[in-house]
Amino acid sequence: MALAFDEFGRPFIILKEQEQKTRVRGLDAQRANISAGRAVARILRTSLGPKGMDKMLQSPDGDVIITNDGATILEQMDVDNQIAKLMVELSRSQDYEIGDGTTGVVVMAGALLEQAEKLLERGIHPIRIAEGYEMASRIAFEHLERISQKFEFSATDIEPLVQTCMTTLSSKIVNRCKCMLAEIAVKAVLAVADLDRKDVNLDLIKVEGKVGGKLEDTELIYGIVVDKDMSHPQMPKRIENAKIAILTCPFEPPKPKTKHKVDIDTVEKFQTLRQQEQQYFDDMVQKCKDVGATLVICQWGFDDEANHLLMHRNLPAVRWVGGVELELIAIATGGRIVPRFQELTPEKLGKAGLVREKSFGTTKDRMLYIEQCANSRAVTIFIRGGNKMMIEETKRSLHDALCVARNLIRNNSIVYGGGSAEISCSIAVDAAADRYPGVEQYAIRSFAEALDSIPLALAENSGLQPINTLTAVKSQQVKENNPFCGIDCNDVGTNDMKEQNVFETLIGKQQQILLATQVVKMILKIDDVIAPSDY
Amino acid sequence: MAVERLLKDEATEEKGDRARMASFIGAMAIADLVKTTLGPKGMDKILQSTGRGRNVTVTNDGATILKALHIDNPAAKVLVDISKVQDDEVGDGTTSVVVLAGELLREAEKLVNSKIHPMTIIAGYRMAAECARNALLEKAMDNKQDPEKFKSDLLNIAMTTLSSKILSQDKEYFAKLAVDAVLRLKGSTNLEAIQILKKPGGSLKDSFLDEGFILDKKIGIGQPKRIENAKILVANTAMDTDKVKIYGARVRVDSMTKVAEIEAAEKQKMREKVQKIIAHGINCFVNRQLIYNFPEELFADAGILAIEHADFDGIERLALVTGGEIASTFDNPESVKLGHCKLIEEIMIGEDRLIHFSGCEMGQACTIVLRGASQHVLDEAERSLHDALCVLTQTVNDSRVLLGGGWPEMVMAKEVDELARRTPGKKSHAIEAFSRALQAIPTIIADNAGLDSADLISQLRAEHHKERSTSGIDVISGGVGDMEKLGISESFKVKQAVLLSATEAAEMILRVDEIITCAPRKREDRM
Repeated sequence: MALAFDEFGRPFIILKEQEQKTRVRGLDAQRANISAGRAVARILRTSLGPKGMDKMLQSPDGDVIITNDGATILEQMDVDNQIAKLMVELSRSQDYEIGDGTTGVVVMAGALLEQAEKLLERGIHPIRIAEGYEMASRIAFEHLERISQKFEFSATDIEPLVQTCMTTLSSKIVNRCKCMLAEIAVKAVLAVADLDRKDVNLDLIKVEGKVGGKLEDTELIYGIVVDKDMSHPQMPKRIENAKIAILTCPFEPPKPKTKHKVDIDTVEKFQTLRQQEQQYFDDMVQKCKDVGATLVICQWGFDDEANHLLMHRNLPAVRWVGGVELELIAIATGGRIVPRFQELTPEKLGKAGLVREKSFGTTKDRMLYIEQCANSRAVTIFIRGGNKMMIEETKRSLHDALCVARNLIRNNSIVYGGGSAEISCSIAVDAAADRYPGVEQYAIRSFAEALDSIPLALAENSGLQPINTLTAVKSQQVKENNPFCGIDCNDVGTNDMKEQNVFETLIGKQQQILLATQVVKMILKIDDVIAPSDY
Repeated sequence: MAVERLLKDEATEEKGDRARMASFIGAMAIADLVKTTLGPKGMDKILQSTGRGRNVTVTNDGATILKALHIDNPAAKVLVDISKVQDDEVGDGTTSVVVLAGELLREAEKLVNSKIHPMTIIAGYRMAAECARNALLEKAMDNKQDPEKFKSDLLNIAMTTLSSKILSQDKEYFAKLAVDAVLRLKGSTNLEAIQILKKPGGSLKDSFLDEGFILDKKIGIGQPKRIENAKILVANTAMDTDKVKIYGARVRVDSMTKVAEIEAAEKQKMREKVQKIIAHGINCFVNRQLIYNFPEELFADAGILAIEHADFDGIERLALVTGGEIASTFDNPESVKLGHCKLIEEIMIGEDRLIHFSGCEMGQACTIVLRGASQHVLDEAERSLHDALCVLTQTVNDSRVLLGGGWPEMVMAKEVDELARRTPGKKSHAIEAFSRALQAIPTIIADNAGLDSADLISQLRAEHHKERSTSGIDVISGGVGDMEKLGISESFKVKQAVLLSATEAAEMILRVDEIITCAPRKREDRM
């Protein structure tokens, strides 16, 4: 580590415990950072596209996750390197913002870094590279807008939406029944979508999974499924036209929050207290009964006396329902969550056409279905599958599909997939490069090359000759002036993505390019890394 | 410049071929482990737990073996998981599913080594699985309309399931037991209603199905030992010191007399409660919680049989059997549904005294009392019987039946082979491999029985080339036999679940090209 010396030759201590830190600076720092970023991208590269492979991850506790989702892989990876952590953040922000394309964004950033390294070797200043990338990304962004197409759909004509979701799902393990799952995802999103405001609240879609059965048994339920059963084994298992009281107060004696003591010192007091206690349970149940509820859903537990009273008065009840589920039930049934028994009124009750308990398999597994709700704005996707990992992966895949459907409702512009958008951008950026004077021209040209890496990876993963395929497609795009030519991953026979119906959302693609450029710029600007050396 | 370390200490990463090899080897090791337990002549395993007491389990049940293993290999965990799901979902075939997945991966490994891309293999496997399933669907028999035949189907299935277990000596007896029990359920899959009671002593043959309900409890002293036309109140209430539930209540007294007064009041309260219970007009009271001496004495005075501390399942089952409801408050005796049964008596099984409820209102529930030489035998017998019961309940719901003894595998293999011949491209190799993996199952059954598997399988294949063949491996005589005549059947649902989840798992493992293992969480040294 470089030291500074004062006029008497004594070293200055600039950093605290300077000797114990490692420090890399200058070009070395940039190289080290770039190689770390590329290493992350290399891991994800093989997961890209419909023929991409999965990764098996073992968590610190020994649980196994098998996934194809970039964000999940990186999240679980136990990354230690600082730059690698930046890449993890990158994919996470794509996940939050768009929900899909988490792998692509990291591969893109990796390619940009790779190109930057070459430029650095030529002695181009990192800031100039960053600026060039910035310009290029703007060109690509605008070009995407130009080649994008609006596509029309309505609540009745969902076919285009389904097609887009299928593109997303085809890269996952669930592609066996992607058609069905895509339809489920689209229907779910449309059920909760606010088409006037063009917004979708994905919180209203509950994704619940249960091992067993097969993937084909996955279903969309216009209602809520709760992993709970009735509090008393002898309560009715099926309630029609249920009026639901949704409570957040326990069927237990009152528990004032202030500390208090009730002193019993005479026999009378003892007896009155006992009577009051009984009275109390009676009142609670009576209040529910009085407002006309035929089902009680409660966030807390029941005292066994209260439980029996409920059962006795023919008032089925469910206990220990989680807060989020409670909210969903309230939304779906149009009821209000009632925090005190005194505040129960008939208007606050939720309504559902059918509540039923369903049991699964050979063990005592029961779930409660609340269907035909007053307000069908909350839906549940119920996933079945051969094993736990399968269900988890299906959940993640469906989440991606739901996000895509939502994005389309927000903005119905699409670009074509299969790398066609990237190739087209690459051609546009390359053509634009010559118009820029100065060193940035090189950076812009490199950007174009980096864009090629996504179709290259797609072709490679599909077992095609990467360079051959890419050059063929590229020349075809230029020759026919058709920006929809992409990589034919599934060996369909045509590489016109319009015919293959492979779509991606415009905002997803734009976001990918913007985010990747931003992170790369950030990495390039770092010229000094100081870290404690004892890790 | 070398890539800096990306992952944390101790976290490992395996890529490409190495990763694939690691998962193949792990999965095959697991399959090989349970392979020897397959089939009627399969062997058992002894499992010793690492916990205190070093408990020993002797078992033949795939799910039980795998559950007990501590596995580090992630691919192996996938297999353990599918076997567990198979157990939960259909109850049987837990070994077959693992073995089939293992064989599929073994075949896949060969293909990968001959440079076929895993995705191509997956595509082939998918087509093959679909084709195999269709073949099964086509060949499945459904005898739902004919109750006689259906019952004999059930009996055959139960016998086939049991023949690979410890109960195989008395399989006819137990098969009948299981079928009777399941038919009483009348189509519900709720196995809770069938109680299995294990009592060491006697031999397995002494096990019996009881129509009533047996509660493993003793009758209180001084209470009647035999009640006819019993009216039963099933309760879940505190019968010790009925504490005040209002929060923060406590007794504070300033003199001895007051203590006495309150004690008297407490006693009075309990007496009132007991009075209320008695006012239901019952002669038997079953409580989930403890009953203290004082109320017990009161019950004895009233000539009521009081049973304390029945476990929760027992209570629920009893309520189910007798048709009563589980009560916790006793203020309106007229509207509480009481349970009824013809006779309650104390019976002896071995050395233990138990309470027997017979002539119950609802005939759904029943009890199977298992007798056997040791705890291990009983445990294994229970597992075997549980498997048989699960399969039977599933079959009652989905009454399609297949023949056993490797017949379904050969049928599927034949169809899949034909598909392979029709399919152009590399996929056909994978489809062929699938058929080989299917044939591995009868091979293993034959091997385990000490038969010449190569000879048998080739004979079997030739047999199956004829139309409507019903031949399979007859392990007893050691040759190819007619499964229909031998009465070896299997449930369609189990076979389908085996096929689908094994393919799914194999596909999942094949798709992996990288394994990243996080550093194991540091555990405090508590040992």
